[in-house]
Order: sequence, then C-alpha cells, then structure tokens
Amino acid sequence: MASPDAPLRWKHLYKVLTKAGPFSDEDWVPGQETITSLESSKLLVIGAGGLGCEILKNLALSGFKDIHVIDMDTIDISNLNRQFLFRQADIGKPKAEVAAAFVERRVKGVKITPYVGKIQDKDEDYYMQFKIIVCGLDSIEARRWINSTLIGMVDFEDPESLKPLIDGGTEGFKGQARVILPTLSSCIECQLDMHAPRPAVPLCTIATIPRQPQHCIEWAHQIAWQEQRKDDTFDSDDMDHIGWIYSAALERAKQFNIPGITFQMTQGVVKNIIPAIASTNAVIAAATTSEALKIATSCNPYLENYMMYAGEEGVYTYTFEAEKKPDCPVCGNLARNLTVDSNMTLEAFIETLGERPEAQLKKPSMRTEEKTLYQRFPPQLEEQTRHNLKLKLKELIADGQEIAVSDPAYTIDFRFRLAFQ
Amino acid sequence: MKQQQQQAENAEGAAGKKKKKVTAAQLRVQRDLQELTLGSTMKMTFPNPDDILTFTLTIEPDEGMYKGGAFHFSFVVNQNFPHDPPKVKCTQKIYHPNIDLEGNVCLNILREDWKPVLNLNAVIVGMQFLFLEPNASDPLNKEAADDLRLNREAFKRNVRTSMGGGSVRGVAYERVMR
Repeated sequence: MASPDAPLRWKHLYKVLTKAGPFSDEDWVPGQETITSLESSKLLVIGAGGLGCEILKNLALSGFKDIHVIDMDTIDISNLNRQFLFRQADIGKPKAEVAAAFVERRVKGVKITPYVGKIQDKDEDYYMQFKIIVCGLDSIEARRWINSTLIGMVDFEDPESLKPLIDGGTEGFKGQARVILPTLSSCIECQLDMHAPRPAVPLCTIATIPRQPQHCIEWAHQIAWQEQRKDDTFDSDDMDHIGWIYSAALERAKQFNIPGITFQMTQGVVKNIIPAIASTNAVIAAATTSEALKIATSCNPYLENYMMYAGEEGVYTYTFEAEKKPDCPVCGNLARNLTVDSNMTLEAFIETLGERPEAQLKKPSMRTEEKTLYQRFPPQLEEQTRHNLKLKLKELIADGQEIAVSDPAYTIDFRFRLAFQ
Repeated sequence: MKQQQQQAENAEGAAGKKKKKVTAAQLRVQRDLQELTLGSTMKMTFPNPDDILTFTLTIEPDEGMYKGGAFHFSFVVNQNFPHDPPKVKCTQKIYHPNIDLEGNVCLNILREDWKPVLNLNAVIVGMQFLFLEPNASDPLNKEAADDLRLNREAFKRNVRTSMGGGSVRGVAYERVMR
C-alpha cells in the first residue's frame, strides 16, 4: 500500500502511475487503484541466472510486491561476474533461493517465493495463480514448454486464464524481448524458425581434415570419446572428463600442426558456451520488466510484440510485430472439447471424426502424450497400433485427456479434449 | 471476491486437465511419419510403438554397390525437434566412406545444414542416397574414402567382402547380407 510516508524510492514510479501521459489510454484511470493493482499483481520469473538476477531486481524496484521465481540450477563460480545477487559463499546453493533472499533483504516490503526445480514439475494450477510470466531462460526447449502450457490454459470464458508471457533472451552482444499474449499473438512456436541454428562443423571435417583448434576439440568430444571411453557417459561438468578431452585434442592438434588449444577453449567448445555479456542482460531485462510494469498497470501501451537488440557493431535495435503462423502446431489450432461415449471403439470414434463439419478427417493418425492410439503410416507402426481400433475409448484414454490428430488432407494438426458422457 | 470465486472454478476445471498434453515434437513426428515415402527398400521398426521418437530404419538397397545388404540405423528425436535434428547412428560396423566404425554418419542435413523446415523424409532420402552414391569427398572412414577415390573397382570388392562379414585392411566388419 502506498502511504503518505512511502519511501522516496517510489516517488518517480508514482509520478508515472498517478498522472496520465501522452501515450496513456484515454480510459485509463491513474491513481491509487493503479498502484494497488501493481502491488497486488503476482508475477512469476522463470530463470534466476544472468537475466533472472536483473529481472528480479528490476521488478522489485518497479514496485511489484509478490514475485515468485523458479530455477533448477545451483550457483557456479563462473556466474559471479554478472549474476550479482550471488557471492562466493553461495557457490553450490540453489540460485532461486539465494536470489530471492538477497532481493528481499535489499528491497523492503517485497516478497519473493523461490522454487528450486524444473518448470515441468508444476502444473496448470500453479501457473494459473500468476498475472504475468517473465522468462529469462537460456533454453529453447523450456521456452517451448511454457509457451504451449500457457496456450493450453486459455479458456475464452475466463479472461483471467490468459497469462501474458514476456520472454527475454541474450546471446553475447545480441538479445531480444518479446511479449506473447497466448492464443492472441504470435507465439514462441510460431517464431521457432527465427532462431539462428547452432553453428556446426561438418562431421567429416572434424574426422579427417581439421583446420582449427576447435575442430580438434570437437574430434576428441564427438569421436575419440566414443571410441576409447564407450562405457563412460560424458559429463561436461566433470573436470576430469574435460581434462581428458583437452589432452586428446592437444595430441590431435600436434599431429596436424594446429596451435592454440587451451583448457578454457575446450570447456567452451564442449559446453557450447557463448560468452555472456552483463550489459546485454541488463538491456534485455530492462525491456522485459518495463513491459511487465506497463501490462500490470496499463499506464502505457505495451510492446507489440518483438524487440531485437544488436550490440555487436555499435548499437542497433528494432521493433516489429511478428505474425501468428496460421499452421502453428501449438497456437494454430486450439484444443476443442468433444463429448464422447467412453464405450465407443476407437474405430467408431475415428469414423465420427470423418463426419465433423469443420474438418472432415478421413485418414487421421492420433495419439495422447503417452500412447500412440493409431498411426496410419509407416506400415510397421500401423500394424502395431491396429489392435487399438477395436478397443473402447475408456480403455485407451482418460476422461478429459487431450488427443492430437494429424490428417494428410490438412497442413495443420487438430487437438481434441475428450470428455466422457 | 469475484476473483476468488473464479480461481476456485479454475482449480476445479484444472483437475481434469492435469493429464499431459501431446508435445510439439511428438505432434511434428506424428505428421512427419505420416508423410514418409518409404518405398520397398526401407522399413521402420518401433521397439515401443507408443514412443514414436525412437525407432530403427532399415535400408535394403536394390541397386548400387551395397545391393543385397540390410543396414540398420537408430533414430532418436528429442523434445527440441524440429529445432534440433534427429540423432542418427548406424548400429552395425560397416565399410562406408561416410560412416565411421562407431556408426557416426556424415550427412550435411543431420548436422550443419539442418533446418526446422526439413522433415524426417528428407533425412531418410539422404540416408538412402549415401548407399547409392557413397561420397569420397566427405570422408568419415578415411581408408574407405581413399579406396573409393583411388581404385573404384577395389573399393567395390572391399564393399562385398565387408558385407559378407570379412576383413578389409585388418578391420573385421559385420555381416550385413539380407
């Protein structure tokens, strides 16, 4: 709550929230109500690393009071140069917990609830409690997961079920911030092709004609390890393993007269490390948090919907509206509810799909997350799933479960949530 | 108050939704499998039909130097497909310029030239092509590539020897005849 003796800290924030600006919506009401809505907004931050530390600090200093943070990692010594919520004594401790405690200590009145674990540990009930979700992740896989989870949660009867996703990402001097309104705007999956592919060297170059020190390291990692240490699973965090790769690479480099291999380079190549730049994180985190502030308070229009930042040559930034992909496998076709007789056989159910007015699925293949219900091609899989056709739906699917259907006649796939009569 | 009520309703509704959803990778593989054109020289086997992300492809060339063989490849598709390419390995020890003794395969679209717009069919066509036209300029088995480049007839003989389970240059190969 804002009180007359509110600390000086919030003075400038309250200026923005208690007075309409040139870009504010005409219907927006500045004042106490807006401040209260900011302070009561419950936010989730995914990731407490380079971006996450910045985001947590920024959100707390923007007036948010109820922040949750989720991260599965522990603190490593190499994090300390930029992940400023961590100290040497914190090495080995979970990032989410240390970051939460640090920000709570420094910004009085903010409550930060950490969860140490994977985002996949949590279900829709958990994500439903937040107003906005801010991501500072380094993995495309995790982004795709939270994106499809949030899209699956949207219930058009209930506006509260739509959770804006603000995604920040950095790689060296480059970064991006984007705002995703699940089902309404272009999603992570729509934009999947925009990610630059991981640069890779042809395997035959590595195997036969190395030219660079990195090729020798790749050789040791991809080929020599398999040949000579078949029974050990390679662990890029195990210093003995990295050491082995390093000496194997050195040996090979000597044969081919290639200078320049270092232990650090070995670690970088094997772990696919792109040096993180603290100021890139700061720029991108600032963009994501100001979007969170604008969405939570409606004080100013939010980003529609993609901001790219290129700092490798001077400074360049550009904002554009990424479009929804009509055949996006995640947001292109949302799950429809379908009430079915649980005693119906799969075969009979498939027949009813062929008669549906919106999409006549004549040759569908379909599955649940854990089960291939029926797959028409290749023939071996058709044979292996054919017996399911005679089974009743209740023997294959749980009440309320989602199935995904592909049909060669459509370039887009379909999802149905089956409710039993 | 209204919000609380809504939250309670949401919680109820969510109880039925807790089942996991088909992932984007699974959905894409389901579609890719459906769009395959395998022909008579290729077969697929699924050790667990419910897991369509893990399977074996068998190529039985009906022409070229590798005619008469049956070559097995394991495919593992991860949850980051199609951003990541499928991981493909030959499960037999074979004599081939573009496949090493550990089963690694040198095919550009499996590594440096992979793009999410490519699909499993593109990979399978590429694999088939390796047996019709082994390529000496992308060597992974350097001896085999040298043989192919320097003496094509000798290379052909070596292929036949290796496919029958014989040794070439002191390396014993697996018998892969159909």
